Amino acid sequence: MSDTTGGLLTIAALIILLAAVHKPFGDYMAHVFTSAKHWRVEKRIYRVLGVNADSEQSARSYTVSVLGFSLISIVVLFLILVGQKALPFDRGLPGMPWDMSLNTAVSFVTNTNWQSYSGESTLGFAAQAGGLVIQNFLSAAVGIAVAIALVRGFVRSRSGELGNFWVDLVRGTIRILLPLSFVAAILLVSQGVIQNFGDHTVHALTGGTQVIPGGPVASQESIKELGTNGGGFFNGNSSHPFENGTPFSNLIELFLLLVIPVSLTRTLGTMVGSRKQGYAILGAMTFMFGAALAVVTWAEAGMHSQAAQLAGGSMEGKETQFGSWASSLFATATTGTSTGAINSAHDSLSPTGGGTVLVNMMLGEVAPGGVGAGIYGILVMAVVTVFIAGLMVGRTPEILGKKIGTKEMTYVALYTLSVPAIILVGIGLAIALHGTPGYMNNPGSHGFSEVVYAFTSAANNNGSAFAGITVTSHFFQISLAAAMLLGRFIPIALVLGLAGSLAKQGKVPVTAGTLPTHTPLFASLLVGVILLVTGLTFFPALALGPLAEALS
Amino acid sequence: MTLSSLLSQLPSALRKLDPRHLWRSPVMFIVLIGSVMTTIIAIANPSTFAWVVTVWLWLTVVFGNLAEAVAEGRGKAQAASLRAARTDVMARRINAAGVEESVAGTELRKGDRVVIEAGETVPGDGDVVEGVAAVDESAITGESAPVIREAGGDRSAVTGGTKVLSDRIVVQITSAPGETFLDRMIALVEGASRRKTPNEIALSILLVALTLVFLLAVATLRPMANYAHAPQSTLVLIALLVCLIPTTIGALLSAIGIAGMDRLVRVNVLAMSGRAVEAAGDVSTLLLDKTGTITYGNRQASRFVAAEGVTAEQMRDAARLSSLADQTPEGRSIVELALAEGADDSDLPNGATFVEFTAQTRMSGVDLTGGRLVRKGAGSSVAAWVGRGMDPGVQATIDEISKSGGTPLVVAETDAKGSRVLGVVHLKDVVKEGMTERFAELRRMGIRTVMITGDNPLTAASIAKEAGVDDFLAEATPEDKMAYIHKEQEGGRLVAMTGDGTNDAPALAAADVGVAMNSGTSAAKEAGNMVDLDSDPTKLIDIVGIGKQLLITRGALTTFSIANDVAKYFAIIPAMFLLTFPSLKGLNIMHLSTPTSAITSAVIFNALIIVALIPLALRGVAYRPASAATVLRRNILIYGVGGVIAPFVGIKLIDLIVSTIPGIG
Repeated sequence: MSDTTGGLLTIAALIILLAAVHKPFGDYMAHVFTSAKHWRVEKRIYRVLGVNADSEQSARSYTVSVLGFSLISIVVLFLILVGQKALPFDRGLPGMPWDMSLNTAVSFVTNTNWQSYSGESTLGFAAQAGGLVIQNFLSAAVGIAVAIALVRGFVRSRSGELGNFWVDLVRGTIRILLPLSFVAAILLVSQGVIQNFGDHTVHALTGGTQVIPGGPVASQESIKELGTNGGGFFNGNSSHPFENGTPFSNLIELFLLLVIPVSLTRTLGTMVGSRKQGYAILGAMTFMFGAALAVVTWAEAGMHSQAAQLAGGSMEGKETQFGSWASSLFATATTGTSTGAINSAHDSLSPTGGGTVLVNMMLGEVAPGGVGAGIYGILVMAVVTVFIAGLMVGRTPEILGKKIGTKEMTYVALYTLSVPAIILVGIGLAIALHGTPGYMNNPGSHGFSEVVYAFTSAANNNGSAFAGITVTSHFFQISLAAAMLLGRFIPIALVLGLAGSLAKQGKVPVTAGTLPTHTPLFASLLVGVILLVTGLTFFPALALGPLAEALS
Repeated sequence: MTLSSLLSQLPSALRKLDPRHLWRSPVMFIVLIGSVMTTIIAIANPSTFAWVVTVWLWLTVVFGNLAEAVAEGRGKAQAASLRAARTDVMARRINAAGVEESVAGTELRKGDRVVIEAGETVPGDGDVVEGVAAVDESAITGESAPVIREAGGDRSAVTGGTKVLSDRIVVQITSAPGETFLDRMIALVEGASRRKTPNEIALSILLVALTLVFLLAVATLRPMANYAHAPQSTLVLIALLVCLIPTTIGALLSAIGIAGMDRLVRVNVLAMSGRAVEAAGDVSTLLLDKTGTITYGNRQASRFVAAEGVTAEQMRDAARLSSLADQTPEGRSIVELALAEGADDSDLPNGATFVEFTAQTRMSGVDLTGGRLVRKGAGSSVAAWVGRGMDPGVQATIDEISKSGGTPLVVAETDAKGSRVLGVVHLKDVVKEGMTERFAELRRMGIRTVMITGDNPLTAASIAKEAGVDDFLAEATPEDKMAYIHKEQEGGRLVAMTGDGTNDAPALAAADVGVAMNSGTSAAKEAGNMVDLDSDPTKLIDIVGIGKQLLITRGALTTFSIANDVAKYFAIIPAMFLLTFPSLKGLNIMHLSTPTSAITSAVIFNALIIVALIPLALRGVAYRPASAATVLRRNILIYGVGGVIAPFVGIKLIDLIVSTIPGIG
């Protein structure tokens, strides 16, 4: 089968699968977060946590819970990583250095999964499965919880309560992430993804011996994609045959990393009682995803350089079993969501392809975005859109029956400002100090692109990298950890603030004078606003990096 | 707006360069700081380029101030003419002992009673408590026809500065000096008490956030450029920053607000706050009084129905005869209808005597010489007069008219042949011309119209149907109105209403937009947040349009301002880095001649577009009532897509001129 046919088949299969699954699965998620019944196992957990599961939280209390829970998670994970020597299955490896532990702990709790270490040579199984995997679940569940809280903000009227974080966290984990990742892990095992507890020593043909690292990979792999985490068991991530060995496992992983973000649009539509609203959002996401995919595929699969023509394809950094098409698809999907798993080296993408996946992240990862983060990110942009467009129909802007006043606009404005600010300040700092050893030392436009990519990936909680720069220096470990931390929790706090202020409002009835927000016109406006805001913010950085490279 | 009117405001625009004033608009404040910095740079390292950029940055700030000054200037002219009315007058106060004393108008306090006679000026706002007078209110309303003000009822309020033309009235003062209606009016049209409205604040927040993003983008560009071995001068970075931040909307924002209030003033409506004008755009329920707003206010004859055996002409002529001397509006309308149906225009025959309506007879008519008597009146009275029961045919007509909400007026005559019923006149409320279309228009805008009437539900339903309103409130008491307003607000709807009576005051206060008629009581004027000087209840519809226009103008110019940035980037970024990265030539899609001319052109465009848009900001974006989706599509096309394209053309044209300047081209 040719590369193109394989790629097109993968895309077609992916579309069919998502189209079939997102409705029932989205409705199921809506049911999970609106049902009044608790499962027995959940009740037991609430008792241990000391949570009254039937009580509701205000925006402030919800935020405190999210932040408190995440802080504790970071501390626990940090201790596990630093002290992994004391844990079983440590494979005889020492504890991680403190700055790397901090970076990694923040990285996994913020759903970024930026990896400044090489999994197989740094971590024991206890740290991988007991530390990282747990955060793969919990950080994803936190993202979903925040998204649901925002949706409740739109749904509720004159309440100010956003649900119960602990209930949302537990239900998201137990009813959504665990069962799905269990099934997915089994499917992955069927495709050759390994699941064991030992390294294997083999005798090589030349007579020497070689240790093949093994481990509980499939169980980590499924949640890595499902929770849009992206932290690979191995350094090679999803290009490693033990993580992603066949075109089918590749399809499964693509499906897993898209299924929750895509289905959450349905959950939104169902919960707010306007399925069309869900479709409009999904439409905007799909358009951006499709456009990015088209550009990346054009850049990667097309023979645009003489070298590519001679070699028969731009295969540097790509797996031959996936080829250009499936690699382009994976690269678009992993940056369009906040996954950051890779099945090809993004650093080796062509300037246009690499620039596009970079832009994909700069858009705020809303096509379709990380679990939860994608939907709340695009909803915030929808509020910006509605504010500008709503004025143009001559009314105080409103969306889903909620007015966008001073308070709401403050949250939204700070949200739009926060992540770009973190990225720009991070890049500026790294570049300004570039002569200093341990800071930046790569030359030219591409070296610049690598730094831009690193901070964009960290602040947007993506986790993929233009490798090529050394990020193990104190500066990068700490500055990127800060970017991840702030890039995750400032937006979350603002989203919850917005949700609270929306929930306090009554509902404005829809009239002919109301700006419809469920139409193709609005969806295209939304895309326009996202592209414009991103473009205006990052145009200079893009011009000096990928654009300068691509046009040369 | 002419060039000279712009130039005349230049001095006040320059006065507004005060940083303490500009601080109110953060976007323009940044431009001011940028201008100061480039001035210092230009002095330290003079070059044509540096000075041209500096001058145009200063002009950007001045143009922004100019927009505000022009908007305010229009109000100032009006304030001056109002001030003329506020001459210091002496008042004749009645003291506790009941004796008149002469005091200055400024010494009057609430509750004081003053006597005003023909030819004297009313010394302060108040209610007439004694007497009736014709008052010339032209100083405030611009309307020269005098109005009647009388004690009691809903026409008791007089305004300070107006003139009593006839008779003598005693007025109880209701406002403290300096807080009179006239004082408030002056403050309002001058914009002295102008505060930012909620929506304006929300928009400002968005603009500040965008400004901060651009500030960061430009600030971090410096190390990036250094790293790329393409170091950028502070001058160029400031130019880039000013071009990127939303200066167009930042400069015009306050002018738009002032002009919106001004547009209301031009239709003779005074809004007590900008918030009320904004709320008007959001209104989704209009409570309209039936009488005077929806209908002409009087029942009018709409058709004659002849009884069996009577010709249409006989009926028509008899009805006309009975009403010739009747000066009531109903009577006059019968005469008019008869004329329209072909009756002759003759006067009452000699010797005829008019029989007036009395509460006892409940009939009016005429007694002709020769014993012919013609009467019209309510069915039962006429039946009694005729002396026998009503024919079934006539009774059916009466019932049918009553059922449709009309008033049946039975015409009968007595002559030598005896008494007989001739037919029935159908009296009904006539809906004002064009109202049905306006209500349909409002419905397309998503606004529900509710008719308020004292009529019984049957009559109300029939008129509501004819006028095409969405709902009606029959036999409405002030309490009913309040309840209705609360019900609508409960559902998240914003309600607008008009009122003039004291009993309207609570409802006016409760409504989101309460328009008090200037002819109404001071209580009503206190309670509402707008006053209509013409006392025209239909104006509510215009007010809604003006409110919407204000918001649309703000949104359209914001969109335009942000969309402009695309072209500016394409002008400036290649110019900055072309030397280091020749490959970026591909981005110079406008083919601007040199880097310096590209930057200069962008800066000049950025400044000129403010001046170009001042007329639009003052006039407001054209608004035709239509559904939100239609309005949006149109405005996106003009201000969004147009906003992307316009600067490409503009910057290119400016570049063609600028590139001829030595030292830049």
